[in-house]
Amino acid sequence: MAVTLSEKAAKHVANYMAKRGEGVGLRLGVRTSGCSGVAYRLEFVDVVAPDDVEFESHGVKVLIDAKSLPYLDGTELDYTREGLNEGFRFNNPNVKNACGCGESFSV
Amino acid sequence: MALFQIAEPGESAAPHQHKLAVGIDLGTTNSLVATVKSGVASVLPDALGRPLLPSAVRYRDGESPVVGYDALAGQSSDPSNVIVSVKRFMGRSIDELPYRESMPYRFEAGPGALSLKTVAGVKTPVEVSADILRELRTRAEAALGGELVGAVITVPAYFDDAQRQATKDAARLAGLSVLRLLNEPTAAALAYGLDNAAEGVYAVYDLGGGTFDISILRLSRGVFEVLSTGGDSFLGGDDFDQRIFCWVIEAAKLKPLSGEDARHLLTCAREAKEFLTNHGAAPIVARIGSGELVDLELTTETFTEITRTLVEKTLKPVRRALRDAGLSIADVKGVVMVGGATRMPQVQRAVGEFFEKAPLNNLDPEKVVALGAAIQANLLAGNRASGDDWLLLDVIPLSLGLETMGGLVERIIPRNSTIPVARAQEFTTFRDGQTALALHVVQGERELVGDCRSLGRFELRKIPPMVAGAARIRVSFQVDADGLLSVSARETTSGVESSIAVKPSYGLSDDAIARMLKDSLDHAKDDTARRAVKELQVEAQRLVEAIRSALVADGDLLLPDARERIESGIARLQAAMLGEDRHAIARCIDELETETGAFAALRMDRTIRDAFSGKKIDAIARELASSEKGGET
Repeated sequence: MAVTLSEKAAKHVANYMAKRGEGVGLRLGVRTSGCSGVAYRLEFVDVVAPDDVEFESHGVKVLIDAKSLPYLDGTELDYTREGLNEGFRFNNPNVKNACGCGESFSV
Repeated sequence: MALFQIAEPGESAAPHQHKLAVGIDLGTTNSLVATVKSGVASVLPDALGRPLLPSAVRYRDGESPVVGYDALAGQSSDPSNVIVSVKRFMGRSIDELPYRESMPYRFEAGPGALSLKTVAGVKTPVEVSADILRELRTRAEAALGGELVGAVITVPAYFDDAQRQATKDAARLAGLSVLRLLNEPTAAALAYGLDNAAEGVYAVYDLGGGTFDISILRLSRGVFEVLSTGGDSFLGGDDFDQRIFCWVIEAAKLKPLSGEDARHLLTCAREAKEFLTNHGAAPIVARIGSGELVDLELTTETFTEITRTLVEKTLKPVRRALRDAGLSIADVKGVVMVGGATRMPQVQRAVGEFFEKAPLNNLDPEKVVALGAAIQANLLAGNRASGDDWLLLDVIPLSLGLETMGGLVERIIPRNSTIPVARAQEFTTFRDGQTALALHVVQGERELVGDCRSLGRFELRKIPPMVAGAARIRVSFQVDADGLLSVSARETTSGVESSIAVKPSYGLSDDAIARMLKDSLDHAKDDTARRAVKELQVEAQRLVEAIRSALVADGDLLLPDARERIESGIARLQAAMLGEDRHAIARCIDELETETGAFAALRMDRTIRDAFSGKKIDAIARELASSEKGGET
């Protein structure tokens, strides 16, 4: 299994990173909080941590810390537009329940 | 399902914690809203992908108003109900509007501020601006998928307190919480400074739809300092439209136009101006109400010629701002172009020639202000780690001061002071036993109160009765980060206090800010002479008061004819004081002082006699010693 980016998401990430001018990749992760247990993290990466697991997807380096991986394995990060709102979406097969807004979930 | 943006390392917001904040450029011609997404500032377009929202509101009978392009579409058919360029009316009275005759609106004078009569009722400029802001808020909330915690709204550097307050009121009316008002050029510098990370002195040349601002900024290690500002609050792209409009009327030999025709031709003029940015000539074709057909061609050469004076008019404040900052053209590392009107080739050329270098325009001049505001909003909303923030210094556009005796202005905070700023100064009483002090807060560069803008008045009461000059009244001026002023006064021996927050006195002033600045230059010499007269008049009044109270206390020391001479000296001085002849007043003061010299000596003798009578020499020596000690602390 792995964690991947959709082509569209990869294009947006590459674009944002180019504008930002620094950083080695994109971090996906989870942390315990939120109304349904765990919440997603989506961040730029400047320094790779020792326990990071590395994936490559459409030319973008994706980093996930070892503790987060079980929660995210098989996830595809997509980029979508809903009306005027646009942004990244986690398509995560592990999720059993999500809170109404989808910002936190349980497995 | 929520959509995510990429955060900085370690800064992912907890669920429901990300604070949505936007920057709004509330422009004269167009408005924009921008936000920071995944670390990048971007303008939020409408559903059709258009980034600009024309600052136009159309009021309809019994229906909600429409804003933007849809409002503009109704301009030709319904000109009196489509309000454009409302920013020009913010915090202004009806007498302060130029070109009022060529505007198709039904103005009402209202109490202080002006308002506009529409089919949906009487609207104030604050309400019209609120409708524009509400539209931008709706757009932003739809684009960001949540409620906004706040907005940074930009205003021209030249906006005075009334105009800034009016902008804040409009935001509140639109349900927006204002994180901060930000000067437009400062916002532009933020956008450029961050994106290009270039250090040095920059000039921001902002020719918008209705205002021209020049700011001299220093960018170093992420700190933005505004060294000086200047400009003209009645000069912008609209004036270029107006010039084309006038040229069309002349060239086509048109008779006086109806409001509808005027509006229609102005729209044609604006289109021609925009067309000329990338073309050598623009066709102007329009059929007007009378059936006449206007069919003209405007060439770049003609356009440059008829607008030459407008372009030159922008360079005068540029020179002044440079002088204020103590810099020469050679010190300026780059010129930032802001505002759609800077796209005009003749403007680019004139600015390039003036600064002897090509102006910077690698960001869209229409968007930079909104982008900078978005970056500031993101910071103020707390979406960045602490330590990553930067100091943002801003300046006040006009000096703030108090009225003192004789209608003179005592400047407390000079023009171009960086804000937030607090300054205090001590004042005292003028008359013996004076128990109240009226404070009149004014804004402007002129020496006399009558020539400055009145911001507000308040009184400090219950000062304990003391001899003139003994009370110590500390007056503090405070200007917050939004450029809004509060003034407090405190008598330090008794602790009595009084204060005001300067609330807008919409339209109370007769002078436009720009005119006030210009006047201060034109009248500098004049003012100095008038100030000298006023100062002598105050001096004379003080002398009269002092002699009067001396006569009451020690008048018995004088022989009747000496007293008479003093009295007639006072009468002569009082007569001279009414006039403006500086030399006559000075002469009478001298005469009176000579006349009262002997009287003063007599009083001195009596005081010493009283003080020393019945005391031993060593007691006097002790007193002297202790008073010296007291004087040292």
